[in-house]
Amino acid sequence: MVFHLFIPIITPMIGGALAVLFNQQRLVARAIALISVLINLGYGLWLMSVVPATGPLVAQASGWFAPFGISLVVDGMSALMVMLAALLMLTTIIYSFYSIDEQREDHFYYPLLLLLLLGVSGAFLTGDLFNLYVWFEVLLVASFGLITLGGSRDQLEGGLKYVVLNLLGSTAFLAGCGLVYGFAGTLNMAHIAERMATLANPGLQTVLAGILLFAFGSKAAIVPLFFWLPSSYHTPPVAVTAIFSGLMTKVGVYALYRTFGLLFQNELATYGPWILLLAGLTMVIGVLGAVAQMNVRRILSFHIISQIGYSVMGLGLASAAGLAAGLVFTAHVMIVKMALFFIGGAAEQIYGTGDLKKMGGLARREPLLALFWFLGILSLAGIPPLSGFIGKLILLQVGVSQQAYLITAVAAGTSILTFFSMLKIWNEVFWKKSYDDVNRLPRVPFGLLAPGAALVILSVALGLLAGPLVDYNAIAGQQAFDRNVYITAVCGADGCEAVYRAALK
Amino acid sequence: MIILLAIAIGALFGGATYLVLRRSVVKLILGLILLSHGVNLLIFTMGDGVRRGAPPLIDASGQPPAGVADPLVQALILTAIVISFGFTAFVLALAYRSNQAAGSDDLDDLSTTDRL
Repeated sequence: MVFHLFIPIITPMIGGALAVLFNQQRLVARAIALISVLINLGYGLWLMSVVPATGPLVAQASGWFAPFGISLVVDGMSALMVMLAALLMLTTIIYSFYSIDEQREDHFYYPLLLLLLLGVSGAFLTGDLFNLYVWFEVLLVASFGLITLGGSRDQLEGGLKYVVLNLLGSTAFLAGCGLVYGFAGTLNMAHIAERMATLANPGLQTVLAGILLFAFGSKAAIVPLFFWLPSSYHTPPVAVTAIFSGLMTKVGVYALYRTFGLLFQNELATYGPWILLLAGLTMVIGVLGAVAQMNVRRILSFHIISQIGYSVMGLGLASAAGLAAGLVFTAHVMIVKMALFFIGGAAEQIYGTGDLKKMGGLARREPLLALFWFLGILSLAGIPPLSGFIGKLILLQVGVSQQAYLITAVAAGTSILTFFSMLKIWNEVFWKKSYDDVNRLPRVPFGLLAPGAALVILSVALGLLAGPLVDYNAIAGQQAFDRNVYITAVCGADGCEAVYRAALK
Repeated sequence: MIILLAIAIGALFGGATYLVLRRSVVKLILGLILLSHGVNLLIFTMGDGVRRGAPPLIDASGQPPAGVADPLVQALILTAIVISFGFTAFVLALAYRSNQAAGSDDLDDLSTTDRL
């Protein structure tokens, strides 16, 4: 029983409430946001240092023991995600200091960011299926606020599609949740996993897994459920797009890993090839969708979809090694994708538009910005020694070792297409000659350059010193794929069913 | 009982699908509301009271007490109702504002963010 597991949930909750109270004093609200995120980041790092050795940590809400109460469970995957969420939120808040207008700040911008962090952290921590649904709704409502805050026509139109399609996904999740309860008679994930393993009713299990695959697939934006993403992600301010790209779809990926790694592991044999097919289609269609676009953030939005394909491929490989490789890749892409959004957004701010045709010549004017962009796209494409190389290499190695040659080939081919697509932005924004005199453009403020640069440097560091990350994720993948470890941590060595029976007597 | 509920749920899902596929934003929202009601009923049928005729509760003698329904599905539905109520209010406000901004209720006119 470790009650400090509530810290990453309570901190943004209290921080958000305080930030609402002190909304008029802008500096105080900013400071509160910064401090809350730093607490979460520090706690996440501490969790990552502890969890590989101790195994999953568990806290029971209100002291109701599992499987009756709501459990909070942190294993390697959760700890990594909690830490990354706080880290990415930190860079977003710093970027927001320099880019968000006063009107948005007056209308509760920082409380909404903290609310988003609250929902995301809760989703990563919970060990209860219905509780996961509630956290999804918390982070969704915060994201609805963030994407429509400002109320321009584009934001409202994009926001409407985003809201409606995400609500449909949530409704499917809720239906799946209810059906799982009807089938398993419990909502505690460890207990569900146990009953799914022992109750023999393969047909129904397949249906339940399919419903949840649809629900989380629509959150993660896999093909063919991705249409809300490119039509809405380029409309809000850059900072909001960036944090969405880093967190929103990845919560869907995490939920897929958790559902299929823990609850429906038996179904992975059935669904594995189909998930691989979806992953391959997601990679290819995402990257091809970017070809026609001529706007920085819209191109990057399609690349989010393409990269999700790699994360889902890790799941489709249906092994602990596959999950571990998928986690390494997901960690890498969360960092690099946000860096690219930050840097592309800084360029957008300089020109006042994201239209590639109206940009150009930035490499001469802002060499540092260009340098970090180029390192970022090299990392995204997977050029050694950057983190993208490590992420893709491990994924491809697992693919080859499990004889999944087709998806491995598609993944490798998509990397080349990704690089070409990114070179388009490089050519148009940084390399080609500008029609206007570049010397008249405003300089990029340090605050817009620093967050992206820091994330790119982190990506380089993760590429050069990949050992700890890979080792950590190997353990995290094993923990995520080993149901007994999770069940023992939550309910004790005898399992949840024994506790349940004993309590009934 | 369960047959009646199954028919009602089917009708709600069918109506919701039809409405969600319409071009009008208002009908789309009505479809979402119907869908949430359908799912709530679906969860209701998952309670032990409806499916097995007995709640997951037992008294000291090990028998299910009379006249008690499964409280868990009701708690789930209550949560879901509150959430969908909040979201419906938000979507209505959003639809109103987007109607003001775009001057149209037709989803085909709301495609500026998808155009190249």
